[in-house]
Amino acid sequence: MHNFLVQVPPSIIDGITTGAIYALMALGYTLVYGVLRLINFAHSEVFMVGTFASLFTLHALGITKTPTGLAIVGVFLIITIAAMAGSSITAVLVERIAYRPLRKRNSSSLANLISAIGVSFFLQEVYALRYGRDLIPFPRILNKTVLFRIGEGEIRLDKVVVVVVALVMMFVLDRFVNGTRLGRGIRAVAQDSSTAVLMGVNIDRIVTLTFLLGGAMAGVAAMLYGMFYEVTQYNIGFVIGIKGFTAAVLGGIGNIRGALLGGFVLGLVETFGGAIFHAQWVDVVSFSVLVLVLLFRPTGILGESLQRAKA
Amino acid sequence: MQLLEIKDLEVFYGKIQALRGISVSVNSGEIVSLIGANGAGKTTTLKTISGLRKVHSGSITFKGEDITNMVGHKRVHLGLCQAPEGRGVFPGMTVVENLEMGAYSRKKSESGKVKEDFDRVFDLFPRLNERRKQIAGTMSGGEQQMLAIGRALMSSPELLLLDEPSMGLAPMLVSQIFDIIQEINRQGTTILVVEQNATKALSISNRAYVLETGSVTRSADAKELLDDDSIRKAYLGE
Repeated sequence: MHNFLVQVPPSIIDGITTGAIYALMALGYTLVYGVLRLINFAHSEVFMVGTFASLFTLHALGITKTPTGLAIVGVFLIITIAAMAGSSITAVLVERIAYRPLRKRNSSSLANLISAIGVSFFLQEVYALRYGRDLIPFPRILNKTVLFRIGEGEIRLDKVVVVVVALVMMFVLDRFVNGTRLGRGIRAVAQDSSTAVLMGVNIDRIVTLTFLLGGAMAGVAAMLYGMFYEVTQYNIGFVIGIKGFTAAVLGGIGNIRGALLGGFVLGLVETFGGAIFHAQWVDVVSFSVLVLVLLFRPTGILGESLQRAKA
Repeated sequence: MQLLEIKDLEVFYGKIQALRGISVSVNSGEIVSLIGANGAGKTTTLKTISGLRKVHSGSITFKGEDITNMVGHKRVHLGLCQAPEGRGVFPGMTVVENLEMGAYSRKKSESGKVKEDFDRVFDLFPRLNERRKQIAGTMSGGEQQMLAIGRALMSSPELLLLDEPSMGLAPMLVSQIFDIIQEINRQGTTILVVEQNATKALSISNRAYVLETGSVTRSADAKELLDDDSIRKAYLGE
């Protein structure tokens, strides 16, 4: 018992850190689901492309050693923009090529799912053939300085950056969706797409925008992941993608604030699960959560508000 | 002047024919109603005018422009807006957000005019003004209907399409809604209204069309239909 108590502070800190990345990923699933009632299983590869985009940008900038001073901020901004661009362009292309033609033909959701899996494999294999199947290291761009401690828990600079950047992105997205004309368009399509057409909303444009936003969030997640874990790989998106999906389902798929909540809850459940059982059991714990949620509360924590709103 | 003209319109749902070659026209400044029983094709007609249903054959002309195959959202920009059947409001948005959705198609440069339209809608529906911040999904049926009509007005349409504005409302409220529809028309908006409540619809309309299983069976001045015995028997419940 004493052993467990000691692990509480570090578990909370790590849970919030990984949870922030899951939450960013969950936003992509939930946005697309809200508008199209479709699970974009290629979202994991959208993330993967983002990690490569930030890595290549680091290479292009010739960064091999940890930058110092103001240069850190510059490097960060550049790789964030690169990762966001890489991921959102990928997401928009996936929609154009893999989903839109099916949507125009009123295909079943099963066809969309198969198409998503196809795109996933295609992107993974392209990257595997081009860059190999081994882990590729990132240069260290931020020193893992310990700022202060809470018991055994270390508040480290890189963890703070992950959480702060993620929170800022979430806030910006929330303001965009709830406070702008285009954001209202997204919500209108999600709530009642045919009435949205009657109001003059161009559905195709809103769908593109949704993939773009979801991709941008995945791009930020990818940049943070690369900075934090300092590796990438052709299939790096697989596990993190399913985690993001789990977080979206946990919070209530289609619900933006639910996705945020789900991400942090999943991160915490995972690290505490790891602390109680063993670190190797982390994935077992989180996927058990997915199965349990789907079995006992398929609408997720906040998910019912969507249904209630429809009634 | 002819604002909307529908010619020999045929629409299918899968293999089932919903519209069997109907022709309807609406002149500027009029109130025209489509009356008929459930399943006669009234709602399908409105949906097709708004571009939510594909046309099998026939044509739709609005302001002299052929819009038969134009995508739905572009028709709103031309000046045609619909308040859909039943609870067609965005349930998760507030009253103000719903009205802003009505103005979605308008340019930034029109923001002054949009503001005037907000005032006009709140003037017509004081109830909406009292409930600006309320989530639409939590309002009563009558309030949602008012919101749906007000929202359509926010696009500043030349032709307003109303699908069953009286559906599910108490008789008092029905009279109120129809008074407001007349007022909207007096302010210069042409109206095409679909109704099962034929008495009410005919009492405010200039002309009317009677629909039966996807075909127009009568078209005449509203007054004439109100005085017609066979129409009274079939649609006015007498």
